[in-house]
Parts: sequence; structure tokens; C-alpha cells
Amino acid sequence: MIPVGFEYARPDSVDGALALLAEHGDEATIMAGGHSLLPVMKLRLAAPELIVDIGRLRELNYIRVDGDEVAIGAATRHHDVEVSDVLATEVPLLPAVARTVGDPQVRHRGTIGGSLAHGDPASDLPAAVLALDATIVLRSPRGERKVPATEFWTAVFTTAKEPDELIVEIRVPRTGNAGWAYEKFTRRANDWAIVAVAVVDGRVGLVNMGSTPLRASATEAALAEGRSIADAAALAAEGTEPPTDTAGTPDYRRNLARVLTRRALETAAGR
Amino acid sequence: MGRLTVAGPTAGLGSKSMSIMGTRVVRVEDPVFLTRGATYTDDLTDERLSGALHLTLVRSPIAHATITSIDVEAAREAPGVVAVLTGADIDLEAPLLFAGAPKQMVRPWLATERVRFVGEPVAAVLTEERYQGPDAAELVDVDYEPLPAVVDVREALKDENLLFPDAGTNTCSVYNAEPPDPDFFADCEVVVTREIVNQRVAAASLETRAASAVWGDDGRCTLFVSNQNAQGARDEVAGWLGVDPKSIHVILPDVGGGFGAKIGADPEFALVAWTARHTGRPVRWSESRSENMTGMVQGRDQRQTITIGGSRDGRVKAYRLDVIADAGAYPRLGVFLPVFTRMMAPGTYDIEKVDSRATVVVTNTTSTAAYRGAGRPEATSAIERAMDLFAAEIGMDPAEVRKINVVAPEKFPFTTKGGVEYDSGEYAKAIDLALEASDYATLREVQKARRERGDAKQIGIGVSSYVEITGGGAFVENASVEVHPDGTALIWTGTSPHGQGHATAWAMLASEQLGIPVEKITVRHGDTDHVPEGGGTMGSRSLQTGGVAVHQASLELIDLAKQRAAEILEASVEDLEVDTANAAIAVRGAPGSPTVTFAQLAERDELKVKTVWDGKKATFPFGSHVAVVEVDTETGKVTVERIWAVDDAGPVLNPLLCEGQRHGGIAQGIAQAMLEEVVFDPDGQPLTATFADYGFPSAAELPSFDLVTMETPTPINPLGFKGIGEAGTIGSAPAVQSAVVDALSHLGIRHIDMPTTPLRVWEAIQDAVKEDG
Ligand SMILES: Cc1cc2nc3c(=O)[nH]c(=O)nc-3n(C[C@H](O)[C@H](O)[C@H](O)COP(=O)(O)OP(=O)(O)OC[C@H]3O[C@@H](n4cnc5c(N)ncnc54)[C@H](O)[C@@H]3O)c2cc1C
Repeated sequence: MIPVGFEYARPDSVDGALALLAEHGDEATIMAGGHSLLPVMKLRLAAPELIVDIGRLRELNYIRVDGDEVAIGAATRHHDVEVSDVLATEVPLLPAVARTVGDPQVRHRGTIGGSLAHGDPASDLPAAVLALDATIVLRSPRGERKVPATEFWTAVFTTAKEPDELIVEIRVPRTGNAGWAYEKFTRRANDWAIVAVAVVDGRVGLVNMGSTPLRASATEAALAEGRSIADAAALAAEGTEPPTDTAGTPDYRRNLARVLTRRALETAAGR
Repeated sequence: MGRLTVAGPTAGLGSKSMSIMGTRVVRVEDPVFLTRGATYTDDLTDERLSGALHLTLVRSPIAHATITSIDVEAAREAPGVVAVLTGADIDLEAPLLFAGAPKQMVRPWLATERVRFVGEPVAAVLTEERYQGPDAAELVDVDYEPLPAVVDVREALKDENLLFPDAGTNTCSVYNAEPPDPDFFADCEVVVTREIVNQRVAAASLETRAASAVWGDDGRCTLFVSNQNAQGARDEVAGWLGVDPKSIHVILPDVGGGFGAKIGADPEFALVAWTARHTGRPVRWSESRSENMTGMVQGRDQRQTITIGGSRDGRVKAYRLDVIADAGAYPRLGVFLPVFTRMMAPGTYDIEKVDSRATVVVTNTTSTAAYRGAGRPEATSAIERAMDLFAAEIGMDPAEVRKINVVAPEKFPFTTKGGVEYDSGEYAKAIDLALEASDYATLREVQKARRERGDAKQIGIGVSSYVEITGGGAFVENASVEVHPDGTALIWTGTSPHGQGHATAWAMLASEQLGIPVEKITVRHGDTDHVPEGGGTMGSRSLQTGGVAVHQASLELIDLAKQRAAEILEASVEDLEVDTANAAIAVRGAPGSPTVTFAQLAERDELKVKTVWDGKKATFPFGSHVAVVEVDTETGKVTVERIWAVDDAGPVLNPLLCEGQRHGGIAQGIAQAMLEEVVFDPDGQPLTATFADYGFPSAAELPSFDLVTMETPTPINPLGFKGIGEAGTIGSAPAVQSAVVDALSHLGIRHIDMPTTPLRVWEAIQDAVKEDG
């Protein structure tokens, strides 16, 4: 449980962090909350030579309304998402999802940018961000670009982000009162999801149903056609290739996706 | 519902006026734990350990392989490395960790030819600083040629792939080689049989294993270890090192959980002592969580075939239990535990014919040994499943079937068909109390209503009846009590508390007799120079052995004090009594006449006694639990809604401590029933070696427990005490498992193996629905 030795830098600006990334290339790794990175380093599954700590950058820690969207700084902690008044009224799904991440310690360290960048298909926030049709803002010395969440996750633990890029912001459309719900299914209270389903405004995001966070597009299409919740939910697992582990088989996960989607849609309809 | 406390027939430790017995004395241990914190082996700042080297073990990543080469050269060059050792460097004979196993099944100190489980030590690295160890360990280059892994016990039984080719078999023990009598169930109207699994679980103590050793100029080794029995650890390590036990001084710092897995020494302890001698430096070792989840012994792991027969009126006539137990790669205490399982096979029931046998095999997995209950929960779960299967088959209420078959109170002491003598019990009464407390009839109505409505969430009710054996095998314990001139007292005990609260409980026992307040009594343990003999804390033995020894020592101290006081008070010994209000000896019936306090006597001459208590027999606590679970039939998720636990371990010395033991025990039983399982893949790779993967519960998965207390004393010791440490685990697991099955019985489901995880429950429902439709 002792990682391989590494150098540590804590630049005082995003530009400083980008410069370090540009200079050190593959050898440098960004650390925000460290709650995904440090565990793999301790197991010696990762051994970066330089850690660039962005966790304390104030310029990456904010939640504010910006036009039709809410802009969230990449280094905003899960806890701050959880208790944000702005999000409570503008995007109530997000605090509800953040509240289910790990335990209070994890939520006080982990960041939304870290969670999206890490790209674990079992994570909660990516599927929510996906269902919200959010946009991920990336910055590098080459400039800034915006990637829709639907294009961000490309394979397991892999994203559209280039090695020299930093996630700086997540832009989430304001959903206001549109029906939403999050159904997270775990064995134990603080566990990762075996499967989870995020529903907002007729869109459905799936956690742990494949190598990336997914949208239940067949369900969404059925809803758009005005079919019943039960009928639409029955299609939730369509086209998915869920993983196998000690907690679940693919068949079991497909069942969970259907049941949780139905429950989430019912809750959303009731709001 | 609040707590219902029901006094038993001869209850009343606290009935004597002003008695401290039976009262909620707050734990004297806690202020330090809550303020300064505990000092675990790895926290020691003992100056004897200054300049210590750090031991890091290179462990096998493969379950079964031949080692073709080990290259340590690169590791030797790494920063801070003082030594890199392989098996060839260690001049000790490889130990057989369970005396009864075939002698070829020895565990090498460091594997040289073959590895037999993931986590087996292959090389030892000693570094100046701890953080240098893992870096150097990574440079040890071991070439493995994989062999087929034997993971399943049935596979092991075939003897096709042998872990120890020299032994010629994978079987390390057979209990009862007699073939089963084909006519055993001949006179039974109904016979039900089923193979069930009592799965492997991990103790998962929050403090992992740790040891530190230093050799003095006098040739003695001071060995600090995290363990449940200093004296046992000393003897084992001395034996392995080939030295006189007197030359090893074992000290136990605070221990952060053992649950049976820290009974006896681990071979790593001897490696720490040996490397300290080899390098002439103190050596420290503390394992990581991942190492702990493969290296520390694990519990349970029996495949059982239960067969039960009887008549349609509910009378059970014959019961058979066939066990295949998994010893893991190197036989340890786990090989013995089926003996307990066989002893307790009939549970609380008076069954005419009982037959059992067990075979223990080695597999390419972590070794097994004791885990809370150790052999008895396996027996209880088996007979309780059998009772449920029998009840379902004849269409009778499971609680009713149990009441028909339990041993009647007038039959005690009761000798089972297996020749085990149960000391005292009121089994039917315990069941009745549990049914009454839970309002069983109403629960059945709620269940009926939900079934009729066809709710997605169904409830199930499980009833268990249990008896277990405590203090089994280790009946002897010593204690010394010494009063000091300042009025304080010091107790040394051979037990080994690591959360149980002996400092409080032993002080209460002495205080009751001597009148010295609890806060003036210090209880110490776990230092072999001060207490050379001692059985430690395991098998729920401590109160009925070590506690009774303290009681006896207190009485002997009073005798000694009276003899000395007789002279001073110019009275005959027979006329003297203890004045507990003043911690003094006084003349009986002469208020106001001179007295002499224990402190005054201690001022004149050392006032100390050491005594040995021998209970000669084990005791048999019992009880009955009712669990209510909700099962979400769409997802398979089980939620334990309530659990009512009637537990009877004789008179309760301190309800606070006793409830703590019951709470922890019940939680671990629920955990086994619902969540926990150590899993290896077919190649012997552990799939549950982190806390993210291993399913132990948090408070959020557990309901508040409803405790009902019964107090039936044992005749085995003067205070009537039995053990409570493991009872909760033994009673709760079958109640919860039974409740889960009960919730789904309307679908035709009769059994689901533990742990009843969402996946497993959902799959059982799918199978049942498929069969139905
Ligand atoms: C005990 C425990 C339980 C947990 N339970 C859950 C759970 O239930 N659900 C859940 O979703 N998560 C869970 N997590 C993960 C947690 O949410 C992490 O905090 C999160 O996944 C990663 O965020 P971080 O800020 O800690 O990222 P870090 O660990 O710092 O980084 C993770 C990865 O992202 C990269 N990165 C971080 N920030 C940026 C950025 N701004 N731009 C580019 N790359 C970046 C890093 O280089 C690294 O590769 C748990 C973690 C722990 C330790």
C-alpha cells in the first residue's frame, strides 16, 4: 500500500498546470481529489513520475448560472455539488446523484472533473452528466474546446480528453422542474453501483451497464413516442453489454436496468 | 419495540443489595481509546525497537505453481536494502501448522519449490525504512511455472491434482470413516436431503497482522504481536525457532480485532523473530490490507449434506450431517473445527439417531482456522436449515417443529447422541420468548397480506434455535490479585481482551468481593513474563474461566487477609468478615470495633494471591432468534428489518458488555447470511481481496437489535457463567437465512445458500418462476 516514489507539484493556476503537462508529457498525471488516482497508485497499478495537484485551484472551484446552463468548475468537490443551492433549483438531479457517491470523506475530497476524467463506467456522476446532455470544457496550450458528454467517454477508463488537456468546466443545461430521479442499486450503503439509472426530462443515463456510461436510447425513443413507462423501461437494457463480476451477471444487470429505469421514471413522473 | 428483559429461573446476580454484579458499569477501557487512542503493534514507539529494520514479504501472485528460479540480486542493490532472503537462507525446519495433518503438509517459511496459494511468502526483504520495502520487493524476480489450481473441495477429493505429491492425497483429515448406514432413515415417514454451503468468510479485523521483535544481550527475544493469546504465541514461536519458550517474551499491545483469526502464532511472527536474530537488529512487520485478505486465516468453508427424517406429526427421528471442509493450502486450526461441528450437529434437538462425518481437504486457497463461532455456526446453520426443510415438507410452521423437537428442560444435564453433555437449558422457553417478543403471529399476518396483494417487496420470517459450546477445551485459567498499600489493586489475567472489556469485568468481580472500587483496580494481561501461563481469549471462554479465576483469587485473597488480620484484630479467623464498604476486614457482628483495611495489610506485607481455576467442562449457552427481512423480488435485495435475539449465557455480569458482545455477534451473523463471502476464481485468484470487494456490512445494513435476556446458570462454575462472545453470530445467521427463504417460500423456494446476495436471491427467483411456468 505504498506507491512508487513520485515528484509532486502544486501549480497556482490552470495555466501553470497546463505548462507542466506540456513539459512532462506522459510522465505527468493530474491529481484533483486523488480518490481514484491514489488507490491505484497504492496498489502499484499506476506509477506516475510527476503528480500535478489541481485540487486547491480556486479558479476551478465554482458553481454558477451562466445563461441557459449552470457552469461547474472541474475541481468542485462532490460535497459542494451535493449542497449547492444553485443546483438544487436549477439541476436538482446533480446534488441527488452526488449524495450517493461513497461516503462523506470521499465526497469531501473527490471532484466532479476527476470523476468524469477517470471514466469508470461504475461511477455515478458521468451517467448523470450524460443524461443531462452536459458539455465538458477542455483546455490545453492549444486552446479550449467543448465536447458533448455523449462523445466524451470512448472506452473503459478512456475519454476524448488528450493527455495535455485539462477538464476545466462542466456546463449543465438548467432543467429546473423537469422530472428527474436517481436509482442507485448497491449491496451496501457506501458501495459503488451494481447498476444505477439517472432520469431527467425523459432522458435516461445508465451506470455500469457497459464499458462507458450509456444512454438508454430505446427507452428514450419509446417515451418520446408516448409509450407507457412500463413499456419504455422494458427496453432499458437494449443494446447493452454489461460486465460480469461477483456482484452481478449480465442478465442480472439487464434486469436491474429495466427495474430501476421503471422506478426512476415513475418517481420522475411523480415530481 | 423497546428492550424486553426477562429474568430466568434462578437469575439475580444483582439481587444482593449494593452488589455491583449485573450492573451497567461503564467500560474503564474507553477513556484512553477515545482520547489518546489505542496503541497497536505498529504504533509502538518502544525504545527497544529504535533502529528497527522493516520486513516486507514478496508474496506469490499465483495460486499453484512450481518455482523455477528466484533472482534477488537486483533487489539487494535497491536503496535501503539490508538483506533479501529466500527459503534457502532460513535454517529452520518448515512447520506443520496442524499437528494431526499428514506430515508432508508443512508450510515452508519462504516457498522455494512450489507455491500453493496467492499470498504465500516467497522472499523476505529487510530495509532501513518501511517505504523502501515495496520498491525492493518489486525487484525480486521469481519465475513460476503454473500448475492447475485446486479450488473446489470436490475437485480436491478426487486426488488428481495434488498439492503435496509426497503426501499422496489432498485429504488431511477424516472424522468418522464408517460408511453411512443405508437403513438409517428406514423408519422415517418423511426424509429430506440437500447439499448446502457454509461459505468461507474473512475475519477482516481492522488492525491487520503485525509483529516486532528484538533480541537482547541476554539472548532473549522480546516479541510484540497482535494476537489473542500471548502464551500460545510464545510457545509456538519458540517451537518453530527451536528455543526454550522462556527465552521469548511476548507482549501484546492493543489488538484491533481478532475474531478467532489471531489465535495462535502466524509463521510470519517467527520470520520476524528469526530475521531480527539473523540481522542483529530489531525488525518490524505490519501487513497491508490486501496482504491481510489473502494471508490471514479465514473461516467456515464447509460443504454440507444434510439429511433429516421424521414423521408427519413433526417429530424428527434421524439426522445426518456429511461435511467436506476446506483447510486451504496449509492445514491449520480449520482442520480441527469439524470436530466442533460434529459435536454440535443435533443442536437444541432431542433426536433419536444422529450421524455425522467430515473430510477435510487442502486446496490452493488461504488457510482456514477459527472465525467467531468456529465450527459451531456451521453445525447450527445445518440443523436449522434441516429443520426448515423438514417443516416445509410436512407443511408445519417452522417454529412449531422446533418446539416439538427441542430437549425438554427436565432432561438436563442432557447427553446427546454424540456423547456431548449439555449443562443446562430451557430451549422451548427461549423460542417462546422470541416468538412473543416479535409478535410472530402478527408477522405471519403481515406476510399473508403482502402475498395476497402480490407486492414486489415480500417479507420473510426466520426462526432459529441454537445451543453452542463455550470454553470448549480450554477450561483452565489463572489470575493473580494484589492489593497495594495505597488501596489500589492489580489483577493479572491469562485471558487476552481485545475489545471484550475484561478490564471492567474483572475489576467488577474483584470489587464485588473486596469492596475496592472498580476505578482503583487495574487489570493487565498479555505479557508472558508477568503471566507465563494463560489460555487467551477465544471460544467465548474468558468470563467462565478467567473471570471465575479472578473471583476465586479474590476469595483466596480474603482468606489470606483474614489470617493476617486475625492477629491484628485479636479475633479468630472464623469471626472475621469483609467490610466491603471500607475494603477492610472486620469482626463479624461488632459494628464500631476496629477494622483493618486491605491497604493496611498490604503495607505490612505483600498482599497477593495467584490462583488457577479449572472448570473441567465446557458450557452450553443457547437462545432463539427471530429475524424479519424484506426481499425485493424484482432486484433480489434483502433488507433485515428487525431481529429479536433471546440469548442465554447464564447470569449477566455487566449488561453493557454483554450487549456489546451480542450486537457484534449478531452483526457478524447477519453479515454472513447476507453479504460476506471470500471468493476465488477457478485459478485460485482471490476476487475479494479489498474492502471494496469483500462484503462486510456497515451500520447502514443493520437494523437496531431487540435483545431479550434469559439467565439460566451453568452448574459448572460458582457464578453460573457461560460464554456470550459467539452466540449472536451462531443464532442470527440461520434466522436471517431462513427469513430470506421464507419470504420466497410461496414461489416454491426451499433453500438459498449464504450469502443471500441480491444476485443469488434474484437467480433463485428466476429459477423458481421458470420451473413453475
Ligand atoms: C472509498 C471510495 C468510494 C468511492 N465510491 C464512489 C461511488 O460510490 N461512486 C462514484 O462515482 N465514485 C466513487 N468513488 C470515486 C470518487 O468519486 C472519486 O473522487 C472520483 O472518481 C475521482 O475524483 P478525484 O477528484 O478524486 O480524481 P483523482 O483521483 O484526483 O483523479 C482521477 C483521474 O482523473 C484525472 N483528472 C482529475 N481531474 C482532472 C481534470 N480536471 N482534468 C483532467 N484530468 C483530471 C486524474 O489525472 C486521474 O487520472 C469512491 C472513491 C473511494 C476512495
